[in-house]
Amino acid sequence: MADITDAPRDGFRLSQLLYDARYRSMTIQVIAAILLMLMLVELVDNAVTNLAALGKDIRFSFLWSTSGYDINQRLIPYTSQDTHARAALVGILNTLLVAFLGCILATVIGVLAGVMRLSKNWLVARIMTFYVEAMRNTPLLIWILIVFAVMTEATPQPREFREGGGASMILWDSVAISNRGVFIPKPVWAEGSGLVVAVFLLSIAGIFVLRRFARKQQEQTGKQLPVFWISLGLFFVPALLTFFVMGRPISLEMPELGGFNFTGGVQIRNSFIALWLALALYTSAFIAEIVRSGILAVSKGQTEAAFALGIQPNRTMQLIILPQALRVIVPPLISQYLNLTKNSSLAIAVGYMDVRSTLGGITINQTGRELEGMLLLGIFYLITSLIISAFMNLYNSSVKLKER
Amino acid sequence: MSDTHAQSAAFVRREMVPPAAPPPGEVGPLRWVRENLMSSWFNAILTVVSLYLIFMILSDILPWTLNGIWNAGSLSECREIRNARELESAACWAVINERWLQLLFGFYPTDDRLLASWFYAEELAAAGGMEAVFGLAADSTARIEFVGEMKRSLGNLTLFFFGYWRPLLALVLLVVAVAPVLYGSLPRKMLLFSLAYPFIAVFLLWGGSVWGPVTVAAGLVAAILVGRVVGGLWGMLIGLLSAIAAFLFIFFNPLGIIGVQGLFPILPHVVGMLDQIMPIGLPAIDSDDFGGFMLAIIIGTSGIVLSLPLGIVLALGRQSDMPLIRWICVSFIEVIRGVPLIVWLFTASLLLNYFLPPGTDFDLLLRVIIMVTLFASAYLAEVIRGGLAALPKGQYEAADSLGLDYWKSMQLVILPQALKISIPGIVNTFIGLFKDTTLVVFIGLRDPLGLTNAIRATGEWNGIYWELYIFVALLFFTFCFFMSRYSMYLERKLATDHR
Amino acid sequence: MKKSVFFGALAIAGLTAGVATAQSTLEQVQERGTLQCGSNEGLAGFAAPDANGNWEGFDVALCRAIATAVLGDPQAVEFVPLTSQTRFTALAAGEVDVLVRNSTWTFSRDTDLGLDFKGVNYYDGQAFMVRSDLGVSSALELDGATVCIQTGTTTELNLADFFRVNNMSYEPVPVATNAEGQQQYLAGACDVYTTDMSALAATRATFENVDEHVILPEIVSKEPLGPVVRHGDNEWGDIVGWTLMGLVAAEEFGVTSANVRELAEAPTDNPQLNRMLGTSGDFGPMIGLSNDWLVNVIAAVGNYGEIFEENIGENTPVGLARGLNALWTEGGLQYAMPFN
Repeated sequence: MADITDAPRDGFRLSQLLYDARYRSMTIQVIAAILLMLMLVELVDNAVTNLAALGKDIRFSFLWSTSGYDINQRLIPYTSQDTHARAALVGILNTLLVAFLGCILATVIGVLAGVMRLSKNWLVARIMTFYVEAMRNTPLLIWILIVFAVMTEATPQPREFREGGGASMILWDSVAISNRGVFIPKPVWAEGSGLVVAVFLLSIAGIFVLRRFARKQQEQTGKQLPVFWISLGLFFVPALLTFFVMGRPISLEMPELGGFNFTGGVQIRNSFIALWLALALYTSAFIAEIVRSGILAVSKGQTEAAFALGIQPNRTMQLIILPQALRVIVPPLISQYLNLTKNSSLAIAVGYMDVRSTLGGITINQTGRELEGMLLLGIFYLITSLIISAFMNLYNSSVKLKER
Repeated sequence: MSDTHAQSAAFVRREMVPPAAPPPGEVGPLRWVRENLMSSWFNAILTVVSLYLIFMILSDILPWTLNGIWNAGSLSECREIRNARELESAACWAVINERWLQLLFGFYPTDDRLLASWFYAEELAAAGGMEAVFGLAADSTARIEFVGEMKRSLGNLTLFFFGYWRPLLALVLLVVAVAPVLYGSLPRKMLLFSLAYPFIAVFLLWGGSVWGPVTVAAGLVAAILVGRVVGGLWGMLIGLLSAIAAFLFIFFNPLGIIGVQGLFPILPHVVGMLDQIMPIGLPAIDSDDFGGFMLAIIIGTSGIVLSLPLGIVLALGRQSDMPLIRWICVSFIEVIRGVPLIVWLFTASLLLNYFLPPGTDFDLLLRVIIMVTLFASAYLAEVIRGGLAALPKGQYEAADSLGLDYWKSMQLVILPQALKISIPGIVNTFIGLFKDTTLVVFIGLRDPLGLTNAIRATGEWNGIYWELYIFVALLFFTFCFFMSRYSMYLERKLATDHR
Repeated sequence: MKKSVFFGALAIAGLTAGVATAQSTLEQVQERGTLQCGSNEGLAGFAAPDANGNWEGFDVALCRAIATAVLGDPQAVEFVPLTSQTRFTALAAGEVDVLVRNSTWTFSRDTDLGLDFKGVNYYDGQAFMVRSDLGVSSALELDGATVCIQTGTTTELNLADFFRVNNMSYEPVPVATNAEGQQQYLAGACDVYTTDMSALAATRATFENVDEHVILPEIVSKEPLGPVVRHGDNEWGDIVGWTLMGLVAAEEFGVTSANVRELAEAPTDNPQLNRMLGTSGDFGPMIGLSNDWLVNVIAAVGNYGEIFEENIGENTPVGLARGLNALWTEGGLQYAMPFN
């Protein structure tokens, strides 16, 4: 053992780089830096050599050439005459759309399933256990394929909606569920509709103000306002009033059967629904477990203490249990969101045109630029993940237990 | 006392009243039903709705499943049988009956010589004996016909147990090798077998000369021994360097940089020599033939096992107090975790070769295993970091106060404890990885889902899919379910240890 | 302990990595003893495995022919399954020696991707299949239709062009594999299924009610499908190309798997045939093979016509007519360059 209490007096010796704890970490880091640089240089050098041998180079100009392929679901205008970059953008938006809606649905189902697993009802608890285990222990890809197959097999074809066919539209002939997707009415914005929307948004803002006011009042005076009913009224009444005063500027375009398919309305494609449902169902099983363990993690004494104070059961849940459970629930919940977003790249299995299918699939395939395409694709996912993780860290630091 | 009672009360019961039966609603199944199914009107509604749902689903699925047709040569035959039996719907399980071996093993070749000599000896003799059929000079088309005939007559179960003995044995040995890691009560000496297992598995699965894996193992031992001996003489660092040098000379050709070829690496020479002296081995099998559920197990297991050391290093690096090291580890972990596995798999299949020295050419399976290893190591690093963080700070301080240096304290104090509490997390990562192996279908490997595509491409089974999906789903479910149950059990067991 | 496991893997990787590509493809194949043939994951009639894992089909037969030419054994083939997305990269990276996977010969693939197409084993074209009760008789009536299409193929671009040029709108439903496209089409998730004519016919052949589906007469593109090799190894390219030529020429000269051995015993009056079968001249050694290479090939897999009839011809479930793929002498396009 080196005598560490005795600092060497006679200046710096070379062996200190290795044997002196003060300098050793520096030595190791310098070596690591050199090795890292060497490795990177080697990788880049190999890539350049190999590409040169194949007669390729690294260029991103392909992004601005004509893509030549069509995309069925596009949130921004796009035709086959647009560029590959725009096709990639269409794909990015599609990815974000399915990921966002998937997270919402997964949370709803997951919370329900998690709570129901704790239900006193034996049957319901068992069913939910079965659901969670089946979802968690079977690969997501198989679920996507199965949901997709169910969607295409179990729903009627558009032609069955014709006279004499076995299918009919639901909700007063406004929604058609077919195996090409669900067709729903599309809102048509006429003049004056902007005002209706503005009023609607204002009343939502009003609801928030009201809630804050009500809480303040309760804290000061102890009186409770009937917040729910006032909010409900605020939500509907002003917007509806404006709607009728302005002469019904917003109308609905109903889907109608014409030619091969439904025309008009909005088509929510089967590939989207299948991917969305499968992602949400699969992730919800994990969320259910997170919710369950989160609720169980709040000690029973908390509930008993709340009851002892005379707080009603639902207020207990709202004010005592949930805030504490959320601290446990939210971090793994957000990492499930992250997983869902990444898993949306399985869109390829059902032909949903996400960014992996456009930029990382057809574009790479048509242009032969796999290195550049994969690089861009990786960067996109990485940035998305980092943004989500940043939110998680933000939340974590905000709910961190203030320890003394 | 009793006398006073007798006088003050008119009647005193002298014997115990037998306990009365509880009211009918408070006993037996009825009570159970009331408490667990109908405890409130809301619960009662839930129960009824659930029962209805279960009935609806089962009444759809059960007849289809139970009426399934097990013996048919093709989907159209299935349909004929179904129509002849006047069934509304019936599963065509015949496809599973015919192809389950393929779904389990892909196109992994059966040990035809063994099958022929054990179960088909007469016909083999009639066809001219072993060498005439299986020898090098034999007509391969005739051999294929002979083997096809043999397989038809033997039946799938015989093929399963004897034709595929190599992967089966590898699987059984895997269980033996993993057991001492998972169950602490087994003798520690079994860990030696765990160490040897990877080489045994490679030999069993890929075949070829036995000397390949043996000399690789011997080479590794030699490198470590050199390090130990030299380290004992001149200090740890020089020992480490000489071990690395020995490793390089055995496995690579470090002199290649200055243009010296020939003697190094030593390994191929030794293998070649041993092969000439004593040629022992199994028929070599190409990675392209690997497939089915076996492929999922191979990729999943090797991914987790190989990623363990890397994961430990990354986890330690992430906690290091050297900023550069920490930075490298954090960026590696975040980059790997931030990008979906499928993108990494495409990278493995399309790009990995670009980054390797010109002229190197891995086969796809190996590239996938490398990629999956890197992928899993990032996730394992996070699991192990959790284990490290869960250790009380006193453990670190105790190790320091004993005067142990960093590596010693990690090796003797921290890691054994941290790894132990991380095992459930590691098992969960393994389950996740195992499920994710289905993604390799997108880069053309023949995993069970990929095989369903191939099977559906044949004329006989074109258009079938439910049966195949269900079979594959059940395979994965069974495997993952028991793994997850095991990990829960482990969690409970470890939890009691620590509190 | 775990460390050594890791190093073991590394070492194995190092050993495997030792395959140098300094050798020519022919030498590699001969040393390895098997031909690595990039093939479809499964397409009825062209490449599909039976219960014992033996691959069969039209494309498979060409792989077997090349294997016979080089190694003398039609079974010495490893079929490497490639998706439409990974096929060209796998070939360029040297994972397969030859790609026989319904790949269309196009300008950019032949030049920009650094590949060489060595002939055409099937002249195909993109067509449309619809249900007959839709009453559609021409592809020009498909305005507004929903079309199932395999991604990562030339058909995707052709489809976009066809509908744009004809001022029609359509809704593409991308699918990953032929099996999936068929499932979607049969379920009615799309009105039209479009892919190469041959694949359409093969798919249609397996339907429960074949008559309920028609293939529209329009062929909207040229899809010459052929074997592909890496750019630069001309010797190997010659072997692949001339094996295919040999199969076609054999049909032209009436050489079949039944009579080839007989014809090869002694020179005939047809000097080209003699050179082909090695009874005069030494053409085999010119491409690095034995003189009787074509004899072995034809004996093992038959001539072009035999392969066609056995796998996708009119007597098979796929039921394709020869059409463009008849010999040039019979009004088709299959034309072998002379063996001179």
